[in-house]
Amino acid sequence: MMYLKEQIRAFIVESFLFGDTTRALSDDDSLIENDVVDSTGILELVSFVEDTFAVTVADVEILPTNFDSIARVAAFVAGKSAVSAPLAVAS
Amino acid sequence: MCGIVGYFGHGMAPDAAEIVLQRMSHALRHRGPDDSGVHAEIAAGFGHRRLSIVGLADGQQPMCNADGALWISFNGEVFNHVELRRMLEAKGYRFRTASDTEVILHLYEEKGDACIDELNGDFAFAIWDSRQGRMLVARDRMGVRPLFYAERRGMVFFASEIKALLEVPGIEAEIDPFALDQVFTCWAPVPPRTMFKGVLELPAGHCMVLDGSGMAIRQYWDLDFPQDVCGAQNEQAIAEELLALLDDATAIRMRADVPVGAYLSGGLDSSVTCALAKPYAASGLRTFSVTFDTPEHDESPFQQQMVSALGTRHSAVACGPEEIAGAFPAVIAHTEKPIIRTAPAPLHVLSRHVRDAGMKVVLTGEGADEVFAGYDLFKEAKVRRFCARQPGSRRRPLLFSRLYPYLPGLTQQTPESLAAFFGAKGEDIGDPLFSHRPRYRSTAAAKLFFSGDLRKTLEGYDATDEILARLPGDFGRWHPQHQAQYLETKFLLPDYILSSQGDRMAMAHGVEGRFPFLDHRVVDYAARLKPSLKLRGFAEKHILRRAVADLLPPAIAQRTKQPYRAPDSRSFLTGQEPNYVRCCFSAQALEETGLFNPAAAGKLIEKCRRQTDGFRDNAAFVGILSTQLWHRTFTRQSLLNDGDRLLAAVN
Repeated sequence: MMYLKEQIRAFIVESFLFGDTTRALSDDDSLIENDVVDSTGILELVSFVEDTFAVTVADVEILPTNFDSIARVAAFVAGKSAVSAPLAVAS
Repeated sequence: MCGIVGYFGHGMAPDAAEIVLQRMSHALRHRGPDDSGVHAEIAAGFGHRRLSIVGLADGQQPMCNADGALWISFNGEVFNHVELRRMLEAKGYRFRTASDTEVILHLYEEKGDACIDELNGDFAFAIWDSRQGRMLVARDRMGVRPLFYAERRGMVFFASEIKALLEVPGIEAEIDPFALDQVFTCWAPVPPRTMFKGVLELPAGHCMVLDGSGMAIRQYWDLDFPQDVCGAQNEQAIAEELLALLDDATAIRMRADVPVGAYLSGGLDSSVTCALAKPYAASGLRTFSVTFDTPEHDESPFQQQMVSALGTRHSAVACGPEEIAGAFPAVIAHTEKPIIRTAPAPLHVLSRHVRDAGMKVVLTGEGADEVFAGYDLFKEAKVRRFCARQPGSRRRPLLFSRLYPYLPGLTQQTPESLAAFFGAKGEDIGDPLFSHRPRYRSTAAAKLFFSGDLRKTLEGYDATDEILARLPGDFGRWHPQHQAQYLETKFLLPDYILSSQGDRMAMAHGVEGRFPFLDHRVVDYAARLKPSLKLRGFAEKHILRRAVADLLPPAIAQRTKQPYRAPDSRSFLTGQEPNYVRCCFSAQALEETGLFNPAAAGKLIEKCRRQTDGFRDNAAFVGILSTQLWHRTFTRQSLLNDGDRLLAAVN
């Protein structure tokens, strides 16, 4: 989970903060309320998650509860991976 | 319509003053290619560049009255000059010219400073009253025509554009960092602030008196929303009255001694303008459009419908990435301020096209969205308030995705995401700037790129405080929609739309824009109508649509507002990337200006090159590029004292 969060944080710092590490952003800070992402930014984040972690995100899953903080994205990805892993083994 | 310059105060011998005035007016020659003149006295002087439209043979300026005691330098048009002349003649005034300029002079003789209240027009002028040793400087109600001023060594210098003031010895271009913060929040500096430290803008609807006791500035007109005084009438009667008013506003704007054409975007507003103008164009109406090769920006099918319906002589100019990128440095030389959208560039291309077609006056549909609540922002604020009343609702936020059908990202969002983006920030619905906070906030996100030094300078500063400070006393008593309309009409309209997209782009090629929807009678009339007559549900400009229903093809009359936009970063970064873009984003150039973080800006341009950028990235890209260009154009120009460099950019 720690590594997941670091990967997600690295993407957010690079893509939305353009390398600005002076801005304090905790794992639980809201990305929306802190103006880190806008409506197109959240779709970038979804795209990153799909490409990097090989998970599929349904439209109905694009929720603040899944994408509004580093911790939430990490938990969402971890949950998805846990679901998809047995399927991968089965196939 | 022209360019004016001048000074008030002792400090220069008339001979030296004449040279300064000539240099100043030379800097504005794009505004008035037809003629020029200067008049210098010990205590005051004027210069003028003329674009001849009314009184072609005898309207030279600066102009004086019969005994030479009053002098005027005037930029703009007085559309009701015919009626005013008749009234003045009845009172015994004799006219030597056919110009509207002389009408203002005699009106001043008759009414003094109150002459401004009688003028229906777009103007910036100065009258030197040598007998009283005082000067009156005034700017039109809506802010169509610009007027800037600066004080140096006890003298006040003024001009239609700041580049003329930079010709005055001792006035140098130095950036006002707080103005830059305003651009990156509200899209433009909030007058009287400009991008240039020490150079101020006379706000729209204001006048200034200069005399021995100093400078006094007062607001002579403000937008007001009295309580629904038209409420007693039925809707049909209001629609008929409005149509008659719009018809007259258009008719008096067709007055000119040269042909008057019209811009035709294919939207409701410009289509109404063209339909109303057609009967007054004695030799047929010429219309002009921009077309884009990107379907999300292009409106040519609607333009063609209107051309067929009205039978105008139409001409379109294609505007693609190459044209936008090619025009952009000149655009910034004209706007004299950074911008966060490329939208002015196609209008720069269009005005050149109009001028090449031999025309120098066009009507446009600008102003209707402010006056009749056409912008999406008004609907958005309405939905945000609606959601705020029941924060837990899952249904209410879905309305947001209906607001912006042209933004594909939004339709994919869930109600929770939409609520979060638009209204889940614990907003204070009592905030006077409630309607505009999302715009300010999303624009301000681009301040992420500000350098450490700039952030330190701006610490504790809030750009919106200067807007709050300018709100009228009654503001809190108005309906929320009217509050939003006030903010849009009094700030973005004059400070960006009429300036960066309007006067500056048209006058770059000596073209005068005229705006029937901004006739103050129309503005005042619409302000008296109840909010739901303007925005009914999600149907914007309701009463306007009803008033003009018979003038337009149904597809145009019922067309939903499509905001005018142009391709942003794509214009610069697809195909051949212009050298100036690479230069402006180079670490060396960014360090030299010291305004942006070079590493972050470098990552931004790389992201834009990969075309993975969003709206916010686009605004930041255009904002940084235009700021760098602004710096290169003006501050270096001033340091080198090289007027030709600027003029080369302008031309």
